[in-house]
Amino acid sequence: MAEQRVIVIGAGPAGVRAMQAFVQAGVRPIVVDEGRRDGGQIYRRQPAGFTRSYEKLYGTEALKAEALHVCFEQLRQYIDYRPDTLAWNIEPGKLHVIRGAQADVLAYDVLVVCSGATDRLLPVKGWHYAGCYTMGAAQIALKSQACAIGSGVVFMGTGPLMYLVASQYVRAGAHVKAVLDTSSVKQRMQALVQLAARPGMLLNGLALMASLMCSGVKIHTGITPIEITGTPRGGVTGVRVGRRDGGMHEIECDAVGLGFHLRAESQLADLAQCEFRFEEKSRQWLPRIDENGRSSVPGLYLAGDGVRILGADGAELAGRLAALTALGDLGIQVNEHELSRLRKDLRAMDRFRLGILEAFPWPYWLATDLQDDVFVCRCESITVGELRRSVQELGADEVNRAKALCRVGMGRCQGRYCGHAAAEVVASAARLPIQQVGRIRGQGPVKPLPMAASRAESDSA
Amino acid sequence: MTAARFVRLGETERPTIRLRIDGREVDAYCGDTLLVALLNNKSHLRHSEFGDGLRAGFCLMGACQDCWVREEGGVRVRACSTFARNGMCIATTPQDSTWPNNE
Repeated sequence: MAEQRVIVIGAGPAGVRAMQAFVQAGVRPIVVDEGRRDGGQIYRRQPAGFTRSYEKLYGTEALKAEALHVCFEQLRQYIDYRPDTLAWNIEPGKLHVIRGAQADVLAYDVLVVCSGATDRLLPVKGWHYAGCYTMGAAQIALKSQACAIGSGVVFMGTGPLMYLVASQYVRAGAHVKAVLDTSSVKQRMQALVQLAARPGMLLNGLALMASLMCSGVKIHTGITPIEITGTPRGGVTGVRVGRRDGGMHEIECDAVGLGFHLRAESQLADLAQCEFRFEEKSRQWLPRIDENGRSSVPGLYLAGDGVRILGADGAELAGRLAALTALGDLGIQVNEHELSRLRKDLRAMDRFRLGILEAFPWPYWLATDLQDDVFVCRCESITVGELRRSVQELGADEVNRAKALCRVGMGRCQGRYCGHAAAEVVASAARLPIQQVGRIRGQGPVKPLPMAASRAESDSA
Repeated sequence: MTAARFVRLGETERPTIRLRIDGREVDAYCGDTLLVALLNNKSHLRHSEFGDGLRAGFCLMGACQDCWVREEGGVRVRACSTFARNGMCIATTPQDSTWPNNE
């Protein structure tokens, strides 16, 4: 079976467990990794020359991080590893990649896409000022570079990552001014039953929140973001948020970590023409997979946070399940008992995921209430008012039409950071349910390519 | 304008490197990304070409494309996913072409 052409995209928890399953079956996969080293975002490795321990970098997840890194190192000689390589388009049976300016086309029989997640963002007035970063960015600055994003940091938004990053900042000695959560304690209490699907993870989360409170960081829940204050030249100077009792908090800071949980990086699945489904609870479109990780496109499998936000543990299971399923589809015998156990464990992970969505809901109503002068698109400084005008005056009742008229979603990030909020703005302006205004279509290349790009001599397609 | 935006919280035993930013010689550490080397020496990376002020990056994972800077030779690099190298010369000044759209 060594002649089967198998490609894994991504070397985070899902990608590594997928490649491990292939190697164990005697298949040598090509592994396309946008990162410089394995680990993905969650288990991102610090550069050579840094000396912090696993415990310091990954906290309660240190053993899992180390296990995954060790697993990758053991697999390294049995895979065709291509780091620093962007997968930028998919055609039937062909994957387009580029490393530096060197482009290539790789043919495949089996493609497992483990593309991970990015932060889910909602615009807040002033979010374009220098010093406002995504929650993930705040964590990368610390984990990968031992830096805080500012000398006084406010974390605003919602989701488990916000509390994790805030506590990591405190432990590393950064000055955390406040944690401002749009969701409420009541919502978290209501989610407890579902969150109990993973008791260990739930306890970890509770311990983390408790330690954050004990450290003296101010945590305000149920807040409404009003404004990130600042100046075009000086950057962020503070935040203003509304309290539930109608009052207001004003906090001075020079940096804001902003984020509302995570979104699946699903552009490659979209380019491969996988079917998507609208998920009511998260109010987003997700690629459709069966319970084994098969997409709607034969030969194409999806795993990890690029499908739904299960987190790192779920990604490890889903990566292995997708790869085993692919091997089964190639006619290689796999252990049915293991498949069934993986599916069962993933069902529990999914119950927990739904609990997280209940505990830290996407506050879509904030997009509806945004003032006309707020930038919805950071890339090209396009306002909410311009987007509303494209709906109300020019008749766009679908996001791709609105994009054509006002360019929201057409900037350099390709809608990653404005797309979900833009859909909410279009839906409310058009008075349509969110699922009827569509989703911004993926476009190749999924990220900018250099003008100097040229096709590699050794073409394997 | 020249104050650092980021704050180092450790890992300062690494060998240092020297870069030139807008003509000014600055120090950074071996293993810094270009973004981190720049923001430990100044408060921004670039001017928005749409006229809304200074920018300092956003996602740090190569997804938002808000941290592109220019080497003095004219080559554009994404600061969050490029390592700083000794002797690099970086320009963060505005480019000739801008398209302010919010007067």
